[in-house]
Amino acid sequence: MTRLLSASATVLAIALAAALAGSLEGVRTVLAVAVPYAAFAVLVLGLSWRVVRWSLAPVPFRIPTVCGQQKSLPWIASSRLESPHTTAGVIGRMALEILAFRSLFRNTGSRLERGPRLVYREARWLWLAALLFHWSLLVILLRHLRLLVEPVPTLALVLDRLDGFFQVGAPVVYLSDGLILVSLTYLLQRRVRNPQVRYISLFTDYFALVLLGAIAVSGMWMRYFARADTVAIKQFAIGLTVFRPAVPANLGDWFFVHLALVATLAAYLPFSKLVHLGGVFLSPTRNLANNNRMKRHLNPWNYPVKVHTYQEWEQEFHDKMAAAGLPLERP
Amino acid sequence: MRDRGIIWMGLALFLVFLTLPAWHNLSARVSAKGPQPVPPAGQKQCVAPVEYMRTSHMRLLLDWRDSVVRRGAQDYTSPDGRHFAMSLTNTCLRECHSAKADFCDRCHNYEAVAVPCWDCHMDSKTLLGSVK
Amino acid sequence: MSNPNPKPEELVQIGYQPPSKDWMDPSVEFRKGTFCYSALPKNLNYLGLPNAREWQPFDEDWKLPPDWKQIILDGMKERLEKYRSFRLFMDICVRCGACADKCHFYLGSGDPKNMPVLRAELMRSIYRRYFTPAGRLLGPLAATPLAGGRELTEDVVKEWFYYFYQCTECRRCSVFCPYGIDTAEITMIGRELLNLIGCNINWVLEPAANCFRTGNHLGIQPHGFKDSLDFAVDELEELTGIRVDASINRKGAEVLFIVPSADYFGTPHYYTFLGYLALLHEIGLDYTFSAFASEGGNFGLFNSHEMIKRLNAKVYAEARRLGVKWILGGECGHMWRVLHQYMDTMNGPADFLEAPVSPVTGTRFENARSTKMVHICEFTADLIHEGKLRLDPARNNRWTVTFHDSCNPARAMGLLEEPRYILRSVCQRFHEMPENTIREQTFCCGSGSGLGTDENFEMRMRGGLPRANAVRYVKEKYGVNLLACICAIDKATLPPLLEYWVPGVEVAGIHELVGNALVMRGEKPRSTDLRGEPLVELEAAHA
Repeated sequence: MTRLLSASATVLAIALAAALAGSLEGVRTVLAVAVPYAAFAVLVLGLSWRVVRWSLAPVPFRIPTVCGQQKSLPWIASSRLESPHTTAGVIGRMALEILAFRSLFRNTGSRLERGPRLVYREARWLWLAALLFHWSLLVILLRHLRLLVEPVPTLALVLDRLDGFFQVGAPVVYLSDGLILVSLTYLLQRRVRNPQVRYISLFTDYFALVLLGAIAVSGMWMRYFARADTVAIKQFAIGLTVFRPAVPANLGDWFFVHLALVATLAAYLPFSKLVHLGGVFLSPTRNLANNNRMKRHLNPWNYPVKVHTYQEWEQEFHDKMAAAGLPLERP
Repeated sequence: MRDRGIIWMGLALFLVFLTLPAWHNLSARVSAKGPQPVPPAGQKQCVAPVEYMRTSHMRLLLDWRDSVVRRGAQDYTSPDGRHFAMSLTNTCLRECHSAKADFCDRCHNYEAVAVPCWDCHMDSKTLLGSVK
Repeated sequence: MSNPNPKPEELVQIGYQPPSKDWMDPSVEFRKGTFCYSALPKNLNYLGLPNAREWQPFDEDWKLPPDWKQIILDGMKERLEKYRSFRLFMDICVRCGACADKCHFYLGSGDPKNMPVLRAELMRSIYRRYFTPAGRLLGPLAATPLAGGRELTEDVVKEWFYYFYQCTECRRCSVFCPYGIDTAEITMIGRELLNLIGCNINWVLEPAANCFRTGNHLGIQPHGFKDSLDFAVDELEELTGIRVDASINRKGAEVLFIVPSADYFGTPHYYTFLGYLALLHEIGLDYTFSAFASEGGNFGLFNSHEMIKRLNAKVYAEARRLGVKWILGGECGHMWRVLHQYMDTMNGPADFLEAPVSPVTGTRFENARSTKMVHICEFTADLIHEGKLRLDPARNNRWTVTFHDSCNPARAMGLLEEPRYILRSVCQRFHEMPENTIREQTFCCGSGSGLGTDENFEMRMRGGLPRANAVRYVKEKYGVNLLACICAIDKATLPPLLEYWVPGVEVAGIHELVGNALVMRGEKPRSTDLRGEPLVELEAAHA
């Protein structure tokens, strides 16, 4: 509970500081210009540093976690996606993992009943919430292109129309906005209410969820209630992208809150568990083919080790072997 | 490891994608000058303060629609005491913003905000053309 | 042991509610029955491993070397640079908890540190303190519950020892992890680090030392190996009337056959060994055993990557010396993890061998074309499919069979259908256990990775509960009375497990059932199975 509260307090403090800074003349420019640039630089450099570090560590052994029938005899159907033996199969497996969270889909819940009897049931809510959250986040990020690029790219236009399919009043309510709130709420309440998950949760786990939630809420508040001047926001955003930043006076508190929280997320991401966005591609238990006996895998640091040679072995047991009539190299 | 090249390429691709808005805007020489809608000639003051109209004209129009269609009320009193008939076509478009393309569309295209107004209402050009 | 083992009714009182004590508190209680004893100095000395000494986990003073902390931190640093898996798995866990109740030790003990995520956090908290920018920046300040780091103390070492020897490296959690985080990888590295300061268990180090010296875990010397083999040949003759020829260290044989040493020394492994002998004789395979490579199993896997390589080297060395064309491997679990995922990389390339071709069917084992080693279930399934065996499944009518996928053949190899195909061909009543307890989701026996000792009895019974529970389900539903498996550790540790939780179900290897069903040319009418038990008519079995 302390961890959830301190995470929430941290996010709240950032939000309040941003609102305050946004209302002060001189500080506003720092917040609106220096902070986003710095955060973005930290994101790019930090993430690159993490990925490059992973890439520099070799994968000494081919250790896929095989989840289906191997490729062996021609008359036994092998599982091309769960036990891929080709590169295409590996790409398929990775695509399923990254786009559909295949492994999380397997999730079960267990219960010990009298007897004893361990029973398992399907437990897919975590999968559903995680999938909805990640896809909503992607859609929302891509939708933001309409505020960053001029003219607005077709992708953003199409997504905008699809996401705003259920048009109720003005401004249009986005589907992804609702879904991200619902999924984040589910994930947070699960972390708090499930005793096992609460037990393993760290400050950073709550911080990431609360921060993402606060970003979503501040963005939505700006859109649906505070009704920020989005033309001014887009002018400001484009100014940032072409390195000629100008900060209009009328962006509003909520914009600065939103901006500061996003900057926090960007700068925090490379140094937190959120780097799984890059790491998921590199997991050696998933991105390697189960073709171990077909194709030799090379270990760059494979070094000679002290072994017990046949000659040493025969020498030790020579007489006993001779007595037992076993063949010898040195009779 | 031979996969380093692939990983770095993937990372580079991701970073390019991440910075795509900047590349695009820089190369297309996009400026931050904005959509610059053309205000109507001769009129100084809209039915509400311009700050309010910028962020909330859609709310005002929806209120007008509700008043006219659901309650039958036609008269709108502006904050500065002037009276207007609540009509998109007759008040907004005919009296002031005769060029939709130069006014409404500028921002709406800039922001990619689709409006359902024109599903029913004719814009001023069409309207004026049919009257004359 | 002074304490009698707890009864099943007592053991099953499992509370899954986490304790109020924060997990970052490293103190553990070494309670009898839940840990393994330390490795004897002679075994460490024989293998040239550091800090050989007399000590026990329940001692206050573990007699660590004075610079133990630096050794561990240096060891971690080295491994973070050598294993992408390790660095990645330290970095990307989001603690979603999907793995929590997938671990048989957690299901059987309720101890939250047996949740795979927390087992890894025991290491990750040290990683965060000493190896991340925030940890280095904050220093001791990073070692707070809020920052998620911990100081590396002797208590942490003891905690690592307790929990990294309470993981059987079965990799079930990895199946469910959205990032494929493999606790076996973390446990293996954790054990390597402990190994650097001499914290090992004897049940791993003694077999490893034996294996290094004599060629097999049990320490059987070459003449003893020959005695065992001769004894088996005699026994098989008594049972079938056929005297098979089984050679040792014969140069020029086509195939080198390597089995886990328990197969010729343990029960019920031994019946599987008789099955191999009968089968290979019947098809006339030109093969030889090796007294030097008289062990396929590799307890190095439970000690360090280096030890895997040291113990595994003899396989290719012996194949080269004997001049065979390819290698056939018997029924064993972790042995096949090593043969499938490590051997070729560590001790290959096996370019002095030929891509395996079954001389009986002409089938080329394309899947083993680089490693040149074939699993006997692949080999036998091919024989059956090509109609090369005469089988009388009724001879197994005494049994109603279910199949336990051993962790490593399932999750390292994907050897799922071959054993099932064989089972369906050699016995008439075969029933699967529930879906999420077999194949890639199979539950460990609870005693793998060197934990199958008597002093660890309580923890083994706890860890084996999910497996036993699934067996109990098919026993009650279908009357299953035999659990077939293809792992030597399974065959050693499942019988006491089943006796504890599901009395009345026995354990056998697949090739025991093959040997029972196999109609050999010139055999005498069989009145018993390979266990010497009378054959049963189906009707009689139902009565």
